[in-house]
Amino acid sequence: MAIEDDVLVVGGGLAGATAALAAAERDVRVRLVSHKESTLRHASGLIDVLGYTPTGEGPLADPFSALADLPEGHPYERVGAEAVRDALAFFDEIAGEAYAGAHTDANALVPTHGGTVKPTARYPTATAAGLASDDRDALLVGFATLPDFEAPLAAAHLEAAGVPFDARGVTVRFPGIERDDAKVTRYAHLLDRDEPVETAAGESTARAALVETVRSRLEGESRVGFPAILGDDSADAVRADLADRLGVDVFEVPMGPPSLPGLRLEDLLFDALSDAGVRVTTGVPVVDYETGADGAGSSGPARIDRVTVDRNGSEVPHSADQYILATGGLVGKGVQSDRERVSEPVFDCHVPHPADRYDWFVDDVFGDQPYARFGLPVDRDLRPLDADDALEFANLRAAGAVLGGYDFAAEKSGSGVSLATGYVAGRRAAEGCR
Amino acid sequence: MSDAERPTDDSGDEFEPIEVFPEAGETDLRPGADDCYKCSTCDTECPVAEVDDEFPGPKFQGPEQWRLKRQDDHDIDESVMKCSNCMRCDSACPSDVPLSQMHNTARAEYVEENMSKLSREYWRNRMLANYRRLAPLGAMFPRTANFVTGLSATQWLGEKLFGIAGEREFPEFATETFREWWTARGGAQVENPDKRIAYFHGCYSNYNTPEVAKALVRVYEHFGYEIMVPDQDCSGTPMFANGMLEDARRAAETNVRELAAAIEDGADIVASCSSCSMSLRQEYPELFDFEDTEAVAENTWDAVEYLRVHEDLEAELEGTSVGEEFDDFAYHAPCHARNQGLDGQTVELLAAIDGVEAHDVGDSCSGISGTYGWKEENYETSMEIGAEMFDHMDEADAEAGLTECPTCSMQMEHGTGYEITHTLEVLAAALVGDGTGTNATGARAE
Repeated sequence: MAIEDDVLVVGGGLAGATAALAAAERDVRVRLVSHKESTLRHASGLIDVLGYTPTGEGPLADPFSALADLPEGHPYERVGAEAVRDALAFFDEIAGEAYAGAHTDANALVPTHGGTVKPTARYPTATAAGLASDDRDALLVGFATLPDFEAPLAAAHLEAAGVPFDARGVTVRFPGIERDDAKVTRYAHLLDRDEPVETAAGESTARAALVETVRSRLEGESRVGFPAILGDDSADAVRADLADRLGVDVFEVPMGPPSLPGLRLEDLLFDALSDAGVRVTTGVPVVDYETGADGAGSSGPARIDRVTVDRNGSEVPHSADQYILATGGLVGKGVQSDRERVSEPVFDCHVPHPADRYDWFVDDVFGDQPYARFGLPVDRDLRPLDADDALEFANLRAAGAVLGGYDFAAEKSGSGVSLATGYVAGRRAAEGCR
Repeated sequence: MSDAERPTDDSGDEFEPIEVFPEAGETDLRPGADDCYKCSTCDTECPVAEVDDEFPGPKFQGPEQWRLKRQDDHDIDESVMKCSNCMRCDSACPSDVPLSQMHNTARAEYVEENMSKLSREYWRNRMLANYRRLAPLGAMFPRTANFVTGLSATQWLGEKLFGIAGEREFPEFATETFREWWTARGGAQVENPDKRIAYFHGCYSNYNTPEVAKALVRVYEHFGYEIMVPDQDCSGTPMFANGMLEDARRAAETNVRELAAAIEDGADIVASCSSCSMSLRQEYPELFDFEDTEAVAENTWDAVEYLRVHEDLEAELEGTSVGEEFDDFAYHAPCHARNQGLDGQTVELLAAIDGVEAHDVGDSCSGISGTYGWKEENYETSMEIGAEMFDHMDEADAEAGLTECPTCSMQMEHGTGYEITHTLEVLAAALVGDGTGTNATGARAE
């Protein structure tokens, strides 16, 4: 017999976790099945809603002011502006003290590791003291063994971008790290556990040694930015401790993959899933599905009866009343392509795309790339539509980057779309349970 | 156009194609290396790289080392021996790179070509990997063996002579192995051509914890299954981890042959150890190509998962209790169980039983990874990896531990002093009582 639940969410990133949490608000049994680690590990940890319009206008001061003008088919247009607000409020409740930005509709401007400034609706508390709208001078500290963050270059870029403060960057050695390719988790672990390290001045601990290294570089700045490696499990304590000893505010600059702020957000979401009683199955993919007898032959759309989870060779059936597809986009592999076609691998939902693959892209790398908008078209209930605009299935909804009709990288709307569509899909799925 | 197709030399008359595909019989790892897009998610999942400065992480050990090896002048880097084979990188990779397969083959090549066959390390590893060969001696004279291995002099000698961490306590041998018990009871007590399983008990529940194997028998007979206990060798897990791929191949050949015969007799395979089931399901098809390797992989299950899918285990457990026998547990899901999608299973099922609850202690690795934490040079790393689990066990509202992996179990006990139970023992207690006065014919004990 199949393992039975009321709502089954396929995918464990921001959209999937939000959908599962939203569904679990109702009195239904929810399971989340996730194959590999999600693209949260690639993500900055920032919760952007809309930084630029689809035509490239921006940065937007107020993302909500632009929602009404989005084209038909954009995920925000599908769910409506109210749902975006509700989803953000839902996220704020889950994130609690870990995130800031809820006090205003306006976008915050967060310095990135490249020295650009990103408009975002919510940001980790760890990033709060680093906002570009803050006029206090900032010292950026990079580490010689962590070339992903070149502090002097980032500082120069920030100044060139016109930030209202002086930014200065220095590169130092991270106490306790010798090898050139130490993992970000190694840095975080040293600080989390405040491990003993050897320094030129003798035996010390990781935090104390880092403070001593940075103290002599300060030239009156009242805030210091580090790449986002300041602890994992005890990140708040690490940051507070460093700030206390240095006597200045300490903030993190969000980094590229692999990203600790993304990892921490993932931990926060999975803790919330556990608290909400959501059943979680990870490490295994959903590979197939069966439709029920009542779908076949009748005129309505088919109902998914069960899905098959491949557990290293043996096939385990899972059944639910409602299903949510939140498997990600081209990077997360919820949407796949080969030389012939672009497809959605679990339920083989329709993905509109030009027949000729040379029309999938334009030559300008940073141009308006058609492939960036590839994904599932859905109705206003987030149910995937086939080539004739009819429902693919009666009991399937889609959320997050698997959706088409928007370019999250250009718009800076990835997290917001995942939250809003995850929230709506989860609620509607729970309401739709028979 | 891929590298493989691009002509590299169009000036001369003689075209010499680059050798990009391996010789017949070798595993083709190129697609795996090509699939890596360097996101480094695997590195963030690696418990060793987080605590050990000298370990360059799974991305290097897998796709990057494979590429370096295309040059003739590169040996496998010795750091591959620091990989604990927890296989967390496999389930981390968003691009399906077969990392542990790459590590297993690289490690085997390193041991074959770069490790001295006369070194203490080689013989120590060989001995640890071939526990299955030594255990029968211990089991033959269990009391003597337990006495000797319990001596501090033995532990001192183990460290000095063999490089086995002196802090570790050798596992005790049972006075009666599971197979001895099975034979003495006359084998299967239930015959049922429609519901038949072949039990892969592995070494540990045979020689050291037969109570786990007996619990499995009680639970399966409760559901009316006919149990077969085919001849079997070590699953190979400790051999993969030590780069002893030829030893593993011999063991796997026996296992595949015996288990395929059981499948032929209508049985599915179940295992009570999560590393054994992992090995049969994933590592065999990745590393070997005996006839029926795939069939065995496809028909192998975790023992609890099998009942969950083939019986209504949850409903059956609803309203049962374990009385005074067990209290709440701090539950650790072994990495090899997580990789099979079994992470939430135990917590979900125990919720149905009255008077006992499993508190998940999080997704960190226990750090022992089979033979890894037994080695003198890895002991400290192993305990540092385990620290997070120990902390969470301390914080959990429980005074006893629960898991499905024998070596995780050792580590949990070593780090906290808790008594550690296997999930099947709890299920047996809930479904058929504690075994005293149990009706072993499959009738329900209601």
